[in-house]
Order: sequence, then C-alpha cells, then structure tokens
Amino acid sequence: MAEVTLAHGAGGGAMQELIEECFLKAFGDLPLEEKEDQARFNLAELGAQGGELAFTTDSFVVSPLRFPGGDIGKLAVCGTLNDLAVGGARPLYLSAAFILEEGLALEELHAQVASMAQAAREAGVSIVTGDTKVVERGQADKLFITTTGIGVIPKGLALSIASARPGDKVLVTGPIGDHGAAVMLAREELGLAGDLESDCANLYPLLAPVLAQCPGVRAIRDATRGGLAAVLTEMAAASQVGIALEESALPVRSQVKALCELLGLEPLLLANEGMAALVVAPEQAELALALLREHPLGRQAALVGGVRAEMPGRLWLGTAYGGQRLLELPYGLQLPRIC
Amino acid sequence: MTLEDFRDPGRVRVLLGAIRQEAEPLAQRLGRPLQIMEVCGGHTHAIFRFGLDQLLPKSIEFIHGPGCPVCVLPVAAVDQALALAERGLVLASFGDPMRVPGTHMSLLEAKAKGMDVRILYSPLDALALARKEPGRQFVFFSIGFDTTMPAAACSLLAAAREGLGNLRFLCHHIRLMPTLEALLTAGELRLDGFVGPGHVATVIGAGAFAPVAARHGKPLVIAGFEPVDFLQALYQLLLQLKEGRCAIENAYGRVVSEAGNLAAQAAIAQAFEEGVDAEWRGLGLVPGSGVRVREAFRDWDAAPLLAFDTLPQRRPEPCQCSQVLIGRLKPNQCPHFGKGCSPQHPLGALMVSTEGACAAYHQYKEAIHG
Repeated sequence: MAEVTLAHGAGGGAMQELIEECFLKAFGDLPLEEKEDQARFNLAELGAQGGELAFTTDSFVVSPLRFPGGDIGKLAVCGTLNDLAVGGARPLYLSAAFILEEGLALEELHAQVASMAQAAREAGVSIVTGDTKVVERGQADKLFITTTGIGVIPKGLALSIASARPGDKVLVTGPIGDHGAAVMLAREELGLAGDLESDCANLYPLLAPVLAQCPGVRAIRDATRGGLAAVLTEMAAASQVGIALEESALPVRSQVKALCELLGLEPLLLANEGMAALVVAPEQAELALALLREHPLGRQAALVGGVRAEMPGRLWLGTAYGGQRLLELPYGLQLPRIC
Repeated sequence: MTLEDFRDPGRVRVLLGAIRQEAEPLAQRLGRPLQIMEVCGGHTHAIFRFGLDQLLPKSIEFIHGPGCPVCVLPVAAVDQALALAERGLVLASFGDPMRVPGTHMSLLEAKAKGMDVRILYSPLDALALARKEPGRQFVFFSIGFDTTMPAAACSLLAAAREGLGNLRFLCHHIRLMPTLEALLTAGELRLDGFVGPGHVATVIGAGAFAPVAARHGKPLVIAGFEPVDFLQALYQLLLQLKEGRCAIENAYGRVVSEAGNLAAQAAIAQAFEEGVDAEWRGLGLVPGSGVRVREAFRDWDAAPLLAFDTLPQRRPEPCQCSQVLIGRLKPNQCPHFGKGCSPQHPLGALMVSTEGACAAYHQYKEAIHG
C-alpha cells in the first residue's frame, strides 16, 4: 500500500504530485487552483456581506483518525466553522495545513481529504489555501490538520461571552458529551462496545435562524474540549456572573451516562463537536429554543439553567434532590477511576 | 429496578424525612451530633456529588474514612513505580495514581518527561499489551483495596499460565478490614457507627465485617453508591442506634452476599500472600494490611527488580492528611486547605483523587457553603 514518504514534503516532484492528486482534486475550488502562495479576496465584496471580518484557527490531533460519526477531516472543517459560527459569522473560506507522519497510508490521507471536501461543500465554504509538511516517523501521530477560517459577521451583531446578565437563560443545542464518549469508545484499549456517535457537525445552519430572529442572544460557545462546564465557567468569569444549571434538565444520552458511570467521568466535562451553549435574554429564551428545535441538529435542544448575580465566576449544578454542587474544571485530563 | 430507581427523588425525599426523624432525638440523647464514618471514598464522592451533605440534618456528622486507595498510596510506592519506568520498563497504571506526587514527580510528569507510562482501564489490558509488544518489558502498577485485587490476581495467574515473560506486577494492594480494625483499636475515634464499603463487601462478603460489631461494638451497614442505597443504609444504621442494637447489616443485597465472591477470593488467595505489614499514606504502618505476590509467581513480581538501595527515604508529609483520615480534622480545618493545597497542586494525598475527602470538599462543597 502506498505511504507518505519524506519525499512528499521535500518540495519536489513527489510533493507536486501529492498536491495535484490529493488536495487539488478534492478541494478543487478556485483560487487554490491558481497555486499562488496566498488566497486573494475582494474587500468590497466581503464588506458588502457584513460589518466585521471573523478570523479563527484550530489544530486537530484526534486519535484514532476515524471514529463513529466522524473523522479528523470532518472535524477539522466543522471545528473551525463552528468557531466562526458562535461569533455569529457566516463562514466563507478555510485554509488547511497538514502535518503528515512518514508512513501514513496515502489511502487514509485521500479519505480524510475527501471527508474535508465534503464537509466544506455541505457548508458552502471553500478551502482556498493550504500547506503540507511531512515529518519523520514517530514525530507526529499519523496526521495533524490545522484549519483557519474567515467569515463575515452581519452588521449590528455583537456576541460576547462577557455580556451574560443575571436573569438570562442558558440553552444547549443538543445532548452532552457525545463526541468525547464516542472517541473514548473508539480507542481500542477501552475494550468496550457501544453505538455512540460523535456529534461532529457544522453548527452554522442551526444557529443562523436563531441569530436572525432573536436579538436577545448574548453569547454562544461551542462546548468542545473541557465540555459544557468549561465554556460556561469561561462565560461566568468573563461576565462576572454566576451560572446555575439544573441537572435534571441536561440532555445526556443514556449510553454517555453509562460510560461515565463505568469510568467515573463527568459528562459535563466531556468534549462535544456539534453542540453549543447559548445565553439568551429571558424574554427570548422560549423563541430561541423553539427555533433550535426546528432544525434536525437541535431536536434535543434544552433550557438547562440561568444566569445569577450571586457567586460571580462560578458554575454550579442543582441536583434532582434540591442540593447544589459546584462544578470546577479539572486541572488537566479527566482520568478514569478504579473504584 | 433500574439505575434511575436508585436515584428516584421521591424515594430520596422519603428516606431523608425518615433519617431526619430518627437522627434528631438520637443526637439530643447523646448531647452531640452523631458521628458516622463512611469508610469508602466512593461514598464521600456520592455524598457531595448528589448534594446529600446539604440535605441531611446537622445532627449527623460524617467522618470521611481511609477508603480511597489513591489517597493512602505512600510516596514510596510511587517512587518505586517511577524507578522502574526510569529503567526503561513500560509502566502500566490505572488513571487514579497518575497525579499522586512521588518524592520528585508524579507518573503524569514522568510521562511528560518521556518515560513510557500508559493508562489502562483494567489489569487485563496489561496482559494484552504484553502480548502485543513482546519486545518490551511491562510492569503493571497494581494498587487498590480488595475491590481491584481479583482482576489483578486473575491477570497475574493468566500471565503465569501463558508463561508471559515480559509482564510483572508491582503489588501495592491493601486490605480494608485490617485497617478498620487498626482504626478501631487505636481508640482515637469517637464513632457511633459505619456506613460499610459496598465494593469491598462485594468481594469479601458481608460476613467479613463481623468483628466490627462483635469485637469493637460498632454497628455497620453495607451500602451501595446510589443516593437511595446510601440513605437506606444510613437509615438502617440510625434504627440500630435507636434500638440499641449493634449488628452488621447488608443494605446492598442486590450485589453483596454473606460469603462474598468466592471465585474472586480464591484467585486472590492463589496469587497473593496476605498479612504483610504495609505503609499507608497518612496512617503510617498498618500491621497485616498488605499483600505480596506469592513466591511461586516470583517471575511475575516486580518487587525483586527493586534493589534495596533504590528505595527512597521516607520524608515528612507536608499536610495533615492523617488527622483528616481518622476524623480529627475536617478537610477545611487543615491549615493548607485551599491555600497551599488544592486539586491543581496537591500537597497531600487527600487532595489528589477526586474521591479524597479534601478534593471532594474542595470540588463540591467549599464554595457553596463559604
């Protein structure tokens, strides 16, 4: 089976062949085909679409490369699109940089690039520039992808995690912890079987109608690494408010619950790749929830808590029995417990 | 019955009401709050996780016992594991001990420095690793109470049966009963009764706790880890105190039998020799609480790899973990709590594991109660 070799990163014929055969064939869109060292945009056209340019970048290093519900290629596109979408930006263009480990099967690379192309096409964005490096075996884990995205924020929209106010409501767009749990199950060393899928998805089509119709949306964050607890703690700190969640209102799939029980993990700290938390002015919370539920990705959207004046910077959970517990971020990784 | 039944708010409310009703007059009669020790860290965790600490009456005070294997793991054990990893052996470990501080570093820090430390979910995974990579020498860092011993024993026996030459076990298992007896004999505890450890009881059986009531005169009720389980056991304990009875009761009958898991006990007996004096972090030497790999399985024992001169010196513990472990201090009464010692930078073992009393206080309680 053909594999990536150091020659593919050496700038010569092998690299040209890889670019032509793999990246250009898959991504196909101009101006990538023009093979300049940069993509070029017409400023007037961009400016006509909104008031601000949004610009973001993210690196993807997931292992294994394929997991139920997605793969690193889809993740690399959706993850960056979502970082634009939660700022209210309509995503337009992506760059993609690849770090390939010597020995990676070319078939795997082609599959991941095809997956990226499909995710980008479905989202209506173009991958317009990129880079490829090959490192020696052992210096990377098969394939790392960095994507950078550009989008345009409509005039008048100013989402900010510092804008939550006491009385606001907290919504989530879907079940909690699916991605983290699915990736954990996909790792062979766990030796568990399960039918969980990552929630990996582009959130813009779900969020756009809410943003268009609910000016009371104050802040959105996609709950990736660190999970829902991390993004809400960030919001609480940035806005100097407390955030209270109701445990019974949180949508968590029974499979995720079971996995967490088994390993002693907390679903609120598991990563998601297609779920966001919204802070919405109280009078528009119901409308926002209804709009989210109209979209297939938001069927299980839920109102899960509220913003409080007390305990600024803190996130806590109301238990089903009327007790409370404070949620603190773990310092590092969540580690499975033995008993 | 499903898991949800054991978390049912209706049942929890009924039990809380019944507990309140029994606890108040008992505390009045004693002229002080009732002192109940939950031996197992899993119960400490459940109490805070479900917010039960705020719902139970002030007339019950919990003493968080020594039952978290990570919290009582001595520095020397971590140092031994690190010494083996430093020699180029692959150290396979549960997730829990990864952050426990050794003399110079933790296993997690060792991993970052390039030592081959792998996190496993079961000792059986160590077998699989050793089979898959026959060219590497593996050591499984085998820790835990009676709960994790059966899986470790079965893995060791399987390795021996297969003649697997590249897997050894660094055995730091400890047994709970000798420790309970040591605590009770020390006479420093003013306890009214015990909520017994459900997981340990699954292995050793309810009958194994008989000396707690018979010899030491303390009632003990074995509990599961869901809110209904725990509160049911607590209620039964209060009834015993009210009626002046002192018995071992089993409120976790769906899992725990009188004799325990005989197959598990047989595997433990075959692989390990009991009655070894063992060092516990916070408690010091607990006679007869440890085990070692039987001589017959010397080839699968990592202990002979450790020459005496590599064993590190004991150093004084900076925290007052021992006082917390025997119930003389509440975690937040320790002068280091939340200041020098936090889950991010633990000084003492009780802050390391999420089941440690200090970490549980820090994570769930302190900020809400101020």
